[in-house]
Amino acid sequence: MSHLLRGHAPITPAGWDALDQEAHDALRPALAARKLVDFSGPHGWEHSATNLGRITALKAGPVKGVAAAQRRVLPLVELRAEFSLELAELRDADRGADDLDLAGLDEAARSLALAENVAVFHGYAEGGITGITQASPHKAIALGNGVVQYPSRVAKAVAVLRSAGVDGPYGLALSPEGYTGVVETAEHGGVLLLEHLRSILGGPIVWAPGVRGAVVLSMRGGDFSFESGEDLSLGYAGHDADAVRLYLEESFSFRVASPEAAVALPAS
Amino acid sequence: MAASSGSLHESAEVLSAEVVDQHRAIVSIMEELEAIDWYDQRVAATSDAELAGILAHNRDEEKEHAAMTLEWLRRRDPVLDQQLRTYLFTTLPVLEVEESTGGSGGAAPSAPDGSGSLGIGSLKGSSKEATL
Repeated sequence: MSHLLRGHAPITPAGWDALDQEAHDALRPALAARKLVDFSGPHGWEHSATNLGRITALKAGPVKGVAAAQRRVLPLVELRAEFSLELAELRDADRGADDLDLAGLDEAARSLALAENVAVFHGYAEGGITGITQASPHKAIALGNGVVQYPSRVAKAVAVLRSAGVDGPYGLALSPEGYTGVVETAEHGGVLLLEHLRSILGGPIVWAPGVRGAVVLSMRGGDFSFESGEDLSLGYAGHDADAVRLYLEESFSFRVASPEAAVALPAS
Repeated sequence: MAASSGSLHESAEVLSAEVVDQHRAIVSIMEELEAIDWYDQRVAATSDAELAGILAHNRDEEKEHAAMTLEWLRRRDPVLDQQLRTYLFTTLPVLEVEESTGGSGGAAPSAPDGSGSLGIGSLKGSSKEATL
């Protein structure tokens, strides 16, 4: 049995199927970072660190005449979001109910996706993760007041990347507020704002919970690396007579290989 | 248009410029690999050492051309990118590489499989939900 201990839970295979599918469907739309950066893995729960290919020289070797150095690695971060579900709901799932109340699971999924996006785009110092906007050497470009200014600001960001020798296609991660503004707006002449932005970028526009403002980044590959140990999984923590405690979990590292391949566009 | 470049399987009118360009790249890679094979055989067959050296030099030039074009294609094909990142420059037996990546082969898994993993993986190149 894996460390997820699903075999100990008072949940039938049909119940697990319903929970897995609900978690999958709740997470996927919100996992913005995975839509824009390179993904490696999953390499398994036992995978503990990302090779950086670098060393730190040690002052002295074990014996005279022998130099020593230590490999540097980036340890993976484990993220875990616990929640509870009423066992009665799971029994209803076994009876074929399709309107289950899985609010606890949905909330945990939103939290975990938000955490992943924040770590990738804005960093997570305690976990040793430098985010894309933190690493960028380019001066941030304010998004401006109102979504009608987005095309000029995004075009400016793309121009900055091109000037730095960073090829496209380019992707745009947008805060939920900015995203909603884009999809509901048409410019003069009836051209949808999102079509205009897409023509500038050549790549996707992504709804990105946790992103503050927007980020334009290259999608040519090789610039941003998300390394998954255990991919998002659903595990069992415990239960009593009425409820079962479960959790969503993952382990990953993230690193920026080409800091110049992104531009931050903070909200004004 | 060269014969191999004329091998589109669908009418050119319904294909985007991007797809046609990728077709050009794929055909070019095929031609380079075919040339490597031909040169290899000629190097093995000739009894003239100088000619063998020239042909081997030319063969290795084709390898550079194939690699350059493959890289162009990789930068535009996220799934190919994932597969190459999974398999290239590894040291495990090739058939064990996929297992070492959790059985996904590095490509985007798409659904839970009952193991506990939700099978999400990479979403780069996804055209669904909230990706415009």
